[in-house]
Amino acid sequence: MLQKLYDWIDERVDITPIWRDIADHEVPEHVNPAHHFSAFVYCFGGLTFFVVVIQILSGMFLTMYYVHDIENAWRSVYYLQIDVAHGQIVRGMHHWGASVVIVMLFLHTLRVFFQGAYKKPRELNWMVGVLLFFTILGLGFTGYLLPWDNKAYFATQVGLEIAEQVPLIGPEIKTLLAGDPDIVGAQTLSRFFAIHVFFLPGALFALMAIHFILIRRQGISGPL
Amino acid sequence: MSGDKQQVSRRQFLNYTLTGVGGFMAAGIMVPMLRMAVDPVLKTSGHGDFANVNLAVDDITKDPQRVEWEIEQVDGWYKSNVKKAAWVYKNDEGDIIALSPICKHLGCVVTWEGSDQHPNEFFCPCHDGRYYKSGVNVEGTPPTAPLDMYEKKVENGMLYLGEVKPHKEA
Repeated sequence: MLQKLYDWIDERVDITPIWRDIADHEVPEHVNPAHHFSAFVYCFGGLTFFVVVIQILSGMFLTMYYVHDIENAWRSVYYLQIDVAHGQIVRGMHHWGASVVIVMLFLHTLRVFFQGAYKKPRELNWMVGVLLFFTILGLGFTGYLLPWDNKAYFATQVGLEIAEQVPLIGPEIKTLLAGDPDIVGAQTLSRFFAIHVFFLPGALFALMAIHFILIRRQGISGPL
Repeated sequence: MSGDKQQVSRRQFLNYTLTGVGGFMAAGIMVPMLRMAVDPVLKTSGHGDFANVNLAVDDITKDPQRVEWEIEQVDGWYKSNVKKAAWVYKNDEGDIIALSPICKHLGCVVTWEGSDQHPNEFFCPCHDGRYYKSGVNVEGTPPTAPLDMYEKKVENGMLYLGEVKPHKEA
């Protein structure tokens, strides 16, 4: 049945080469933990992606209940955590996943760094990776404010004052982020929500696409 | 394939195992999220309590009068007071009738004798929908069903109204 459906589509649009190109390729021996156990270090990039997928999915479902309004943000989080079946689990996935992404990302970066895998011809992919790093840090920072509890508020206060330390344009950057020169409030929360669920994920998808296209074109770096 | 036994090749075995483990992991991720998303459908709705509408039974006349009262509505994380309204009268047998003012055509609000041309009828201004005093819709006007009725009870001579139910004659 499934085979027939696949054949029907494949006959018309020839999808086999597409998925071959994406998924069906040899794993070199030096990258395969079955041959050398130490090759598990090559898993961290994939694990980062895996956790990012979990973050995207759990985030999508969380927005079914969350509202980015100072009157209701905390209450809606409390409601989905306490009263919605499995809400605690889904928020837990997003909450802990946020930390796991950073850990995996860091391990992946260390592997690439210490193996010198960023060297020619892969410098561009390293740069894209660094941009991805900042994008994900930004996601972590903006997501931190959204529950609108005391920890969120003061962490954001601190983050905004760090941004204010930038020479010359510091105050402008702070106002741009917070939506107001003095208040961390309604406009800040709304902005952070928009950045967290639209702007940064958009950047994340684009950068990930480039990251993966480059690794498929250039192949994985050779053994040490 | 040797003999009459169906051999599973190494490749097939690995494919099945990987699909199984992968499917298990994917399910582990997706089940909590989907359960959370469908929660409103599976939640048992709290049955509305009866509310005192501040109308003494002795004050109910044969002419429908509009009563308004407030109930506390819990909408997820948002609590608010919501206004409710009913048209209340005693019918010829002396039974209390409490009709919902929500038109069964498209949800506008009907008024008793709301049109000078149609005395002794409920009238909806949106599309000229009409109902007899009993709440039954007038044939040939937009509504397709009689006005809903409130569940009612009398305590200490006061009228209490509860949930909205379909009209008896619907």
